[in-house]
Amino acid sequence: MNILIAILVLGLIAALFGAILGYASVRFHVEGDPIVEQLDALLPQTQCGQCGYPGCKPYAQAVANGEAINKCAPGGEDTIKKIADLLGVDVEPLDENHELNSSLGNGPTVAFIIEEDCIGCTKCIQACPVDAILGAAKQMHTILIDECTGCDLCVAPCPVDCIEMRPIPETIQNWQWDLNKIAVKQVD
Amino acid sequence: MESIIERISQHKFWQFHGGIHPPEQKLLTSGKPIRQLPLPKQLILPLQQHIGRQGDLLVEVGDKVLKGQPLTQSSNPMAVPIHAPTSGIVSAIKKSVIAHPSGLSELCIFIDVDFEDAWQPRDICQDFTKLSQQQIIKKIADSGIAGMGGAGFPTHIKVNTKPEINFLIINAAECEPYITADDLLMCEQSEAIIDGIKILDQLLNPAFILIGIEDNKPKAIKALQHATKDIEKISVCVLPTKYPTGGEKQLIKILTGKEVKSGALPIHSGIVVQNVATCFAISDAVINDIPLIRRVVTLTGQALSKPQNVWVLLGTPVSHLLEQTGFASEISPVSTPPVSNPPVIMGGPLMGFNILNDLVPIVKTSNCILAPSKTEMPSAFDNSSNEVECIRCGQCAEVCPSQLLPQELQWSAKAKDHQQLTKLNLFDCIDCGACAYVCPSQIPLVQYYRVAKAEIRQQQQLDIKSEKAKVRFEARKLRLEKDKIAREEKHKKAAAARKATMNKKTAEGGSASSAVAAALARVKAKKKASDRTKSNDELPVSSSEVPEKMSGSEESDEKSQVKAAIARAKAKRLAKNNGTPEKKVTSSEEQKKIDELQVAHNEKANIAKEQTVSSKEKSKQESKQGNSTDDKKAKIAAAVAKAKAKAKAKKEKKEPLSASNKEEIKATTAGTDNKKARIAAAVAKAKAKAKAKKEQKKQEDLLQVASSEEKIPFKSSNEESE
Repeated sequence: MNILIAILVLGLIAALFGAILGYASVRFHVEGDPIVEQLDALLPQTQCGQCGYPGCKPYAQAVANGEAINKCAPGGEDTIKKIADLLGVDVEPLDENHELNSSLGNGPTVAFIIEEDCIGCTKCIQACPVDAILGAAKQMHTILIDECTGCDLCVAPCPVDCIEMRPIPETIQNWQWDLNKIAVKQVD
Repeated sequence: MESIIERISQHKFWQFHGGIHPPEQKLLTSGKPIRQLPLPKQLILPLQQHIGRQGDLLVEVGDKVLKGQPLTQSSNPMAVPIHAPTSGIVSAIKKSVIAHPSGLSELCIFIDVDFEDAWQPRDICQDFTKLSQQQIIKKIADSGIAGMGGAGFPTHIKVNTKPEINFLIINAAECEPYITADDLLMCEQSEAIIDGIKILDQLLNPAFILIGIEDNKPKAIKALQHATKDIEKISVCVLPTKYPTGGEKQLIKILTGKEVKSGALPIHSGIVVQNVATCFAISDAVINDIPLIRRVVTLTGQALSKPQNVWVLLGTPVSHLLEQTGFASEISPVSTPPVSNPPVIMGGPLMGFNILNDLVPIVKTSNCILAPSKTEMPSAFDNSSNEVECIRCGQCAEVCPSQLLPQELQWSAKAKDHQQLTKLNLFDCIDCGACAYVCPSQIPLVQYYRVAKAEIRQQQQLDIKSEKAKVRFEARKLRLEKDKIAREEKHKKAAAARKATMNKKTAEGGSASSAVAAALARVKAKKKASDRTKSNDELPVSSSEVPEKMSGSEESDEKSQVKAAIARAKAKRLAKNNGTPEKKVTSSEEQKKIDELQVAHNEKANIAKEQTVSSKEKSKQESKQGNSTDDKKAKIAAAVAKAKAKAKAKKEKKEPLSASNKEEIKATTAGTDNKKARIAAAVAKAKAKAKAKKEQKKQEDLLQVASSEEKIPFKSSNEESE
């Protein structure tokens, strides 16, 4: 008899919790995949496609589906670290194939159109993922520096090679303290 | 509130947490009066000398400027104008090293001084109490006054506030060692300072005005007490000397016991804090109409033989000041690169920074130039850091006036853990340097925080930028998708329209009144009919058709028979409707023209036919290879081409007709102008011919298009995907 009661009680409890869980799963159902959004927030949003995906969001989606986390070259190690933290996986070094081979170093760059060479073909405008190039057919184009993510995608399509990547000039506003540098800097 | 006043009146003040007592070193300069310096040869004025934005240039290279003349103006409220400190000629506007720890260059105006010191016309105000608030604020804004204590916040914004002000606090603490600029200013210009305070009183109408001054300035205290003895509202509060009493939040805490919340401004608690030097500048600006063009700077340090406070015009290069005060190492820092350069510090020893170039100009916020000797400040000469590991003594936390946890901050800063730093309220750090001063391990704590702050700000900017990039990228994607859909729809519509017109044309072609087509069809039908009567071996096509067909098989023969039947039916129908258009034609000239056109069109139509036939041939050959569907398609294409050719022919005939009609009308109205009419007719003829030629070309193109129609959708979709 006691056993029966025990089974009954446990069964009731099980049913109760089952009902609660079932209700919660319906009531607190999450639309979409929040992990993709979180990953997307970590990516640098240069939309450069160096990872092999057409933009940061598709790569975030791919990472959520098990793609390697070390393909974001503009984000660098910081981003890889953050993604690893988020997904609870090991930090991997940046994929060799995706390492920046820029001669300008790793500093942020922006595209620059040598305006006298521009023929107004609009090819770079079509390539720009963030609409940071202003111009029209047969009119000179120019880059909106503030909008340019430095993704490099406009350089290849230019038929006259009039686009180059330039480092962002250092100003008071974006200057970074560098303790080591200050120590060795000599008065001119 | 009551208790605060009571305590203030009893001179019992509160205390802020922490603080240090570094050697004051103020006696070097405090005993000597403020000296006037001879004018420098050149002034270098950075466009931006304050927090906010720089103004727009008002002068050009070569302009002659008078003393007090504005050099920039601005519509932005956060921008503060600058003025010519003396008369001279603008010799250059270019980038030059400015007073900033980075040693970076910013846009500066160079003025070659003409030593005349000629003022622009001034409007001296005898009684400022008659001015309205807006007038005073405008004067302050136009005079380019920014907080002279160090931060350089635009003063006209600080004093143009809506909320009720309980306390106006005048910051005369000047707590940093060595600096005595405000001390001397108070001794010598106490009346002017009190005037400035009165102006602020008129603007802000505070309940109380408290002047916070440290007890190490007895002369200044006396001067102020003397100047304010008749004014009940103002009380001079003598505070114990402790660094950093002069910090805004610290001074508020000492005087009122209130703490300004993290991230909040004093104005939110009804408190406004102004520096004494700013008060002096305000009175100068409002009463004497002298914009902010000069300030008192303490030139001190044992490396100077004549340390003293001096009146310095803004824009004076530091090199000029060092020359005037007898910089000990007679060789200036510029000419001694191999030897370790004697350091020159702008600002006080705790919060200042080494200047890397002695062309750096004095700006609105520079209050001290410190040139220490080696015995005085060995650390300034020693570039190698003596930093050792943190021993967790906790002294830094004890002295921190913001009650932060400096060692925790240090670890997080080294690890670049920005989240943790923000959690530890790094942005409440006032950069006072007390922690670094007491650190037994000689860790330059405050430097770590400065770096971390800059990094976090940079990161915030990047985050904003990446967010913007994301929005733009997504907007672009959406736009492209929309474009694609729109294009597809357009393609569909165009295709539908094409189909519709095609059907219409074939239908019309059947019932059309085109004499050309009718004649053509008739000829064709006759030929075909005659062919049919001949033996099956002979070909049913006209002699102009491709000879390949001559050797055609039975299969093709059968088909051609069917075709011939269709053509006959068509011809009949055409013949029926034939009469109507011809009846319409009335003038003989037109008739002629039509004839000509017919000839041209016949030719053209023939060519078109040839082409259609050849395409038919091709398709037939293909069909022989076994693909019957291809055959069908080709036939359809051929039919389409034919129909088009017909329609074109019809259209063309109509157009020149109408044109010639017009000419006709002209001719009749002119009457005698027969000649003209003839010329016009000739022109019309020529035009018709040219058109016919063009049309021919077009038809060829059309045929090609028709034959490659299957490919087109592929192509267009390819283009889209590109």
